[in-house]
Amino acid sequence: MSQLFQEAILISILASTLRIMTPLLFSAMGELVTQRAGIWNMGVEGTMLMGAFAAYIGVTASGSLWLAVLAGVLAGVLMGVVIAFMTATMRVDHFIAGLGLNLLASGLTLYWFQSYIKRREQPTFSGFQNWPIPGLADIPFIGEVLFSQRLLTYLALLCVPAIWFLLYRTRYGLELRCLGENPKALDVKGLSVPARQYAAVIFGSAMTALGGSFLMLGFSDRFLADFSAGRGWIVIVALIAGNWAPKGVLVAIVAFAFLEALATHMQVLGAPVPHQLLLALPYLASIVILMFVRFRSGQPARLGVAYMRE
Amino acid sequence: MTSVLRVEALTKRFAGVTANDGVDFDLSSGEIHCLFGENGAGKSTLSSCIFGFYRPDGGRIFVHGREVDFSSPSDAIAAGIGMVHQHFVLVPEFTVLENIIVGTQKSGWRLNAREARRKIEAICSEYGIEVNLDAYVWELAVGRQQWVEILKALYLDARILILDEPTAVLTPAESQTLFRIIKAMCAKGLSIILITHKLVEVMQSDRVTVLRKGKVVDTLRTASTSADELARLMVGRAVSFTVSKPALAPGAKVLEVEGLSAIGHWGEHVLKNITFAVARHEIFGIAGVADNGQKELFEVLCGVREPSAGSVRLEAEDVTGFPARALMDRGVGHIPDDRFREGLVRQFSIADNLVLGWQRDGKYTSGPLMNRAAIGALSKTMIAEYQIAARDGAVPAGNLSGGNAQKVIIAREFLHASGLLLANQPTRGLDVGVIEYVQTRLLEKRAEGFAIVLASEELSDLFNLADRIAVMFKGEIVGIVDPRAASVEEIGMMMAGNRQAAA
Repeated sequence: MSQLFQEAILISILASTLRIMTPLLFSAMGELVTQRAGIWNMGVEGTMLMGAFAAYIGVTASGSLWLAVLAGVLAGVLMGVVIAFMTATMRVDHFIAGLGLNLLASGLTLYWFQSYIKRREQPTFSGFQNWPIPGLADIPFIGEVLFSQRLLTYLALLCVPAIWFLLYRTRYGLELRCLGENPKALDVKGLSVPARQYAAVIFGSAMTALGGSFLMLGFSDRFLADFSAGRGWIVIVALIAGNWAPKGVLVAIVAFAFLEALATHMQVLGAPVPHQLLLALPYLASIVILMFVRFRSGQPARLGVAYMRE
Repeated sequence: MTSVLRVEALTKRFAGVTANDGVDFDLSSGEIHCLFGENGAGKSTLSSCIFGFYRPDGGRIFVHGREVDFSSPSDAIAAGIGMVHQHFVLVPEFTVLENIIVGTQKSGWRLNAREARRKIEAICSEYGIEVNLDAYVWELAVGRQQWVEILKALYLDARILILDEPTAVLTPAESQTLFRIIKAMCAKGLSIILITHKLVEVMQSDRVTVLRKGKVVDTLRTASTSADELARLMVGRAVSFTVSKPALAPGAKVLEVEGLSAIGHWGEHVLKNITFAVARHEIFGIAGVADNGQKELFEVLCGVREPSAGSVRLEAEDVTGFPARALMDRGVGHIPDDRFREGLVRQFSIADNLVLGWQRDGKYTSGPLMNRAAIGALSKTMIAEYQIAARDGAVPAGNLSGGNAQKVIIAREFLHASGLLLANQPTRGLDVGVIEYVQTRLLEKRAEGFAIVLASEELSDLFNLADRIAVMFKGEIVGIVDPRAASVEEIGMMMAGNRQAAA
């Protein structure tokens, strides 16, 4: 292979790593906020799926990509309200609530999808295009990898320091982390624990669904059943692997995205490895990570524990 | 003296139980007013109503003469009431400063720590409280965590401070510092409600209100009463504080521990070179602040933790590293410090808990089945013999009070053990009446010829019962003293790791 070709492949792998990373990163930052507030939302997969489906309906019905993003985010808000109601108000076991929601999302989107395309061709759309940053995009190599991405990819990267700032430098962040560590510390100061949990879960779910919308609008031209294909679970693994810190989660997500990008390119290059095995790489990696990551010092102390005054 | 807080005929019920029944209480400016009573007498409920945590079902509360109706702690805080909870409400992962300011900022979205820091430092220097604001709370000793709780209340400008069992986790020296600070606060015009069931502390107050079964028994000036009178009022009968301990010559050695060490979860040395021996007719006391290796020592002795070095001999047999099952079969009984997590299964009935661990014993089985009749009969006998307050053996252990739960554990262990008893914090959190009971039963076992290892954070337990007292600090035995020759101060110094006192 010529050197030029090798470089082109490398650029392509890295650039698609960033693209694949985008939806995962939005979802992971959303789930990070939710889990930091003590709610172990297992419904990431379902929320991403709902976001993707709402974005699909949005774009095919209105023709506007940004209205579609809005539709996806609103779907996330709704999912957030349901999750918050189940966990903060009804105090349902967080795992059961999340798993139920995933099943619901999977069934509902399929049902709605089938009634939507009844008696007609499935509508398609053309998704987000690259949005090169003038000047920066022309830098050789770096420009092609970093600065010739979609607008939402830049936003996703910016959202990591933004979430860090929210969690560690604002009073809302301090209260939010307090929810996950010891909610009673807020209760004894006369502050409502459920109200703050609702806010965290709704915000988190909206971000997660934003990830789902980008998955739809940045990668595809149509909806398919169970479109999110397990990415919600990867997000949960990334939180554990990243030890519940924004930077750690970013690293974990980038690693997963790189594996997926690598797998897709190996397939194109005709590597003598079964293609299904390559596609399974990120998921295999997540199993391995869960087996070996014992370091959970960052896990909020009251994650997944319903708060009740004794 | 002007009244800053007055409670009239306050009543609070929980699902049929009347926790406070027509309670009258008043607090004068600058005084320490004790709420004194047994567990379940309604002290914490009353304070939770005053703090707005619970809504009273009847009665009225006045603050500075104005009637108030608190719907949440924020109303109480606004009225100048602060509360230090018995179980600290702190976030270990936050710094001291973060713990104090979380949820207190009313405007602005960025954390405004600089102004808060100035205010907290001023409070610290005013009352002589020393604490590093940038330390994480998990790094602080339990005694220092108490200052954080107090600072939380003072930071919110509390003028009335409720302290719920504030010395439960403190060393004697830390308790003294606490009282020095409390008195400094009173001198500055703060008024203190001190909830306690310890007589030593009550005696440092100005007035005391005694509660029993949700009702006020009496309100007295502390100076004109005595410990005996207060104890009688609290329990409703006379209580003896010193159980009489007959002199007994120690017999043959039962337990010999030599050079015992153990490693914790994080690879730290939780036990370091522990050596001691206990003989028949002897109670070997272990003093020390919580988490200085007592729990780990008991775990090794009862066979649920592997020692990393050293040996344990039981009746001259080397039992180092033997599993719990083998030790139980050799007559070792264990009263763990956490009653409801390690001593009992909450969801099981009293009867089932009484045979827990011995369920394979032929006495309680018939073929492959449990012998319900035998277990039922046993529970009936034990409930009567150990005065367990329960309707019958079918009552779930989780419904019992701490004292009655402890009696179930004691009944089980006394029934099955035959040579060695390991009792870790057997009186923790119990009322004087039950403490007296537990102490008496332990002395009975001593007279029967048992060797007993008794760890307690209450020095009074050890002075009453132990023939020798070892002091543990950071996994080591700092020294072993004779209770007849040692003073509380000496042992207190050793509990803080001071070896000189041991010499």
